[in-house]
Amino acid sequence: MDLARRAVPGGAAGRSRSTAAMPTIPEVDRCVHCGLCLNQCPTYRVTRVETESPRGRIHLVRSMAEGRLSPSGSVAGHLYLCLGCRACETACPSGVEYGRIAESARDAIGPPGGLFSRAVLRVVLRHLMPHPGRLRLTARLIHFGQRTGLSQALSRLLPRSLRRGIELLPRIGALPGEPRAEVLPALGERRARVAFHTGCAMDLFFSDVNDATIRLLRRSGCEVHIPRGQVCCGALNMHNGELASARRMARRNIDAFPEGMDAVVTSAAGCGAALKEYGHLLAGDPAYRERAGSFSGRVRDATELLFAMSASPPTATPSTEQREAVVVTYSDPCHLAHGQGVRAEPRALLGAIPGVTVREMDPPDRCCGSAGIYNLLEPEMADEVLREKMEAVRATGAAVVVAPNPGCMIQLRYGAARYGVPVAVRHLMEMLDEARA
Amino acid sequence: MNVSALARRLRKTVGDRHVLHRPDDLIVYEQDGIMVNKRPPDLVVLPATTQQVSDVVRIAREAGFPVVARGAGTGLTGGAIAERGGVLVALTRMTRVIEIDTASRTAHVEAGVVNAELTALLAPTGLFFAPDPGSQVAATIGGNIANNAGGPHCLAYGVTSNHVLGLEVVLADGTVVWMGGGAWDAPGYDLPGILSGSEGTLGIVTSAIVRLMVKREAVRTLLAVFDTMEAACEATSAVIAAGVVPEALEIIDGMAMRAVNATLQVGFPEDAEAALIVEVEGLEESMPVLVARLEEICGAHGARRIQTARTGGERLSLWKGRKHAGGALGKLGRHTIMLDLCVPRSRLVEMMQKVTAAGERWGVRIANFFHAGDGNLHPNLIFDFDPESEEFGRVVSTTEEVMRACVEMGGTITGEHGIGLEKREYLGWMYSETDLAAMRRVKSAFDPAGSLNPEKIFPMGRAVHTSAKSPPIADQSGETAWT
Repeated sequence: MDLARRAVPGGAAGRSRSTAAMPTIPEVDRCVHCGLCLNQCPTYRVTRVETESPRGRIHLVRSMAEGRLSPSGSVAGHLYLCLGCRACETACPSGVEYGRIAESARDAIGPPGGLFSRAVLRVVLRHLMPHPGRLRLTARLIHFGQRTGLSQALSRLLPRSLRRGIELLPRIGALPGEPRAEVLPALGERRARVAFHTGCAMDLFFSDVNDATIRLLRRSGCEVHIPRGQVCCGALNMHNGELASARRMARRNIDAFPEGMDAVVTSAAGCGAALKEYGHLLAGDPAYRERAGSFSGRVRDATELLFAMSASPPTATPSTEQREAVVVTYSDPCHLAHGQGVRAEPRALLGAIPGVTVREMDPPDRCCGSAGIYNLLEPEMADEVLREKMEAVRATGAAVVVAPNPGCMIQLRYGAARYGVPVAVRHLMEMLDEARA
Repeated sequence: MNVSALARRLRKTVGDRHVLHRPDDLIVYEQDGIMVNKRPPDLVVLPATTQQVSDVVRIAREAGFPVVARGAGTGLTGGAIAERGGVLVALTRMTRVIEIDTASRTAHVEAGVVNAELTALLAPTGLFFAPDPGSQVAATIGGNIANNAGGPHCLAYGVTSNHVLGLEVVLADGTVVWMGGGAWDAPGYDLPGILSGSEGTLGIVTSAIVRLMVKREAVRTLLAVFDTMEAACEATSAVIAAGVVPEALEIIDGMAMRAVNATLQVGFPEDAEAALIVEVEGLEESMPVLVARLEEICGAHGARRIQTARTGGERLSLWKGRKHAGGALGKLGRHTIMLDLCVPRSRLVEMMQKVTAAGERWGVRIANFFHAGDGNLHPNLIFDFDPESEEFGRVVSTTEEVMRACVEMGGTITGEHGIGLEKREYLGWMYSETDLAAMRRVKSAFDPAGSLNPEKIFPMGRAVHTSAKSPPIADQSGETAWT
């Protein structure tokens, strides 16, 4: 019997949707196959299989580009079982930017999953994410569903992955009321002019975190501009095989944000990492290449900017535990630590809050399994990855876990409940805002 | 029995999920840490217990397929490449730490336990597992044993075989035996010694009882920067000649330091041609004396800057820089081949001159970072052309010239990476036919049918990198779509 024929699931002719060949991705050539990334990869740690490691996935991409391996659903599965946490980039001695390899490879494949989920994702990524109005309408529907209990009732009729999505969704406390003013003056002397990217999920589910961030920025002397024409950063599109729509969203944001700002700020780590990639994303677009590069060059996570603007840079003093102190542990969002290399600033800000004792978990920078919409698409793996994270949180005995990214916050809240860890999940900006109030 | 029938039988033993057969699942196992040789196995099996390994070996043997063991696949000589196809047994799922005995300072661990994870686990006890190869963050204990791995600290602590007390081994017919045990002196033949470095050709180690060392009271790590490689090598010889035996004594050259600097900030200079990393351990009181002595010797040999790591973090950072050097070579070129030579320490300078000359003669760039204290060199040949190309001949010529020079100086062609398929043709440079015949008899005693990691270690009379020409992996289904 022919093994290869049996090997490919669902490979019947006529069901294929994409036969695009894998392009040559120059970044692949920088991998020397040393394997030092393996044990830092959450999916390798769970499976211990080479195909679920960064080195293995790069080898798949390389083999296809060389024409030695044919595309298949199985290959797509390996490439999409990656969380996109980019811990391998931190581990890689050669500085291979796996995130970029994954984006290009997934773009050749198209969105993940079977026929149905790919169709749904395409609609969501192309026709919902780029449109703030439609997102707000969706939020209203979710809000209505949550208040009336309709969403729970409805969820029983849905396929498993969508049902989980509804379970995971945080309750929307209040619907967006009056849109924020377009320009908010600095409180006190103006020291900088910054533009604020609100994010889509961030502003729908955590609009109070955004409000807190804006207050903190203004108090630090920033005049905050909130451009009306801005759209979602496009991170989900970039990571799920939709580079063309991601590029459209990037161009709209670049057009919407005024030139001459000192910084473009976001309080969502995932958005920040994506916004910092615009220069790369639009490198092949002569009309936007330069503006994209300069836009990305000005993007700052709110923790970076607040740290830089603090009068005397705060220094964390994690060792001196105060008696009454609240023990807090910090969970590095992957796209802040691995994606943007921002680790020290949030810790310094957190450690300087009076009454807070920071106790590090081991390791603090391993993925929680949220990874955008990964926890909906790969629930079993996401739960396994989350388990290790929650045990690390538990071991600290902390009462609060801080993660400045909406996806992580949703996942950690779910994890605290699922694995019975008595811990509150907060965004750093909320804590800073409360401390200064 | 054909592959499909074999797969069916193996699935019954280890479970469906742990027998891999699709083209994509096999192709990622076609090479290990080596870049230029490839061959996918017919099947990959991931057993979870010694009993399963035993069953897999027995079933494969009955079906007439060779069996190749593999750990994390970080080896540098192609030892874990299933060159003749067959069943690749990946031991990565066997990650249990069965027992840590702090009183007798031993640990019983399964073969798939990652070296650095064992060390991390032991940290609170003040004990550690001494072998520390550059790949330790990923490499498994089983792989360390199979290659008799070294590392910077083997200068003081010895190589892996010095730390193995007992081995649980699956033999070629599937029998499970213990060699040695938990005690320090096992009577009879030193079989753990024979298995160490045997690269899976004599049996498959499934668990091991290893010695643990006690962390010394104090440690100091120095970085001494030199303007020439020659000066760094001479300083090394002088340190040893002065009777100071550091725990580690490493040299890293300018090209490698600049590659590391591109991704890590560990304090390596941008403009120097060589640096020495020296580590000494002992009692706190002895540290100032030792450090002063090292500074004096390095200074006398022209070190332009000498600094001691001020914190534990700085020390770890220096080591991270050193251990990432191999992986950082991707910054310098598309392909690398890392050689692994040992020369008498008195001939370090001379050997390094030969390395440089060979690189210049054949037009191949060479980066160096190595265990200078025990004369274990790692010239890294860096090139951008394909291993299938004509130009690759220059790489092979460089390799051979360097190794020939090393043997002529009384050195060896491999210090700690093993022989695999990359060095086997050169074993005849080291041993006479009679010597090799004695080794072959050991192989025959353990594996008369030659089914365990066949054709490795011994000369085959073939071109060294024949398997570099890798065909497309068979996918007769005609499948070319993503789902």
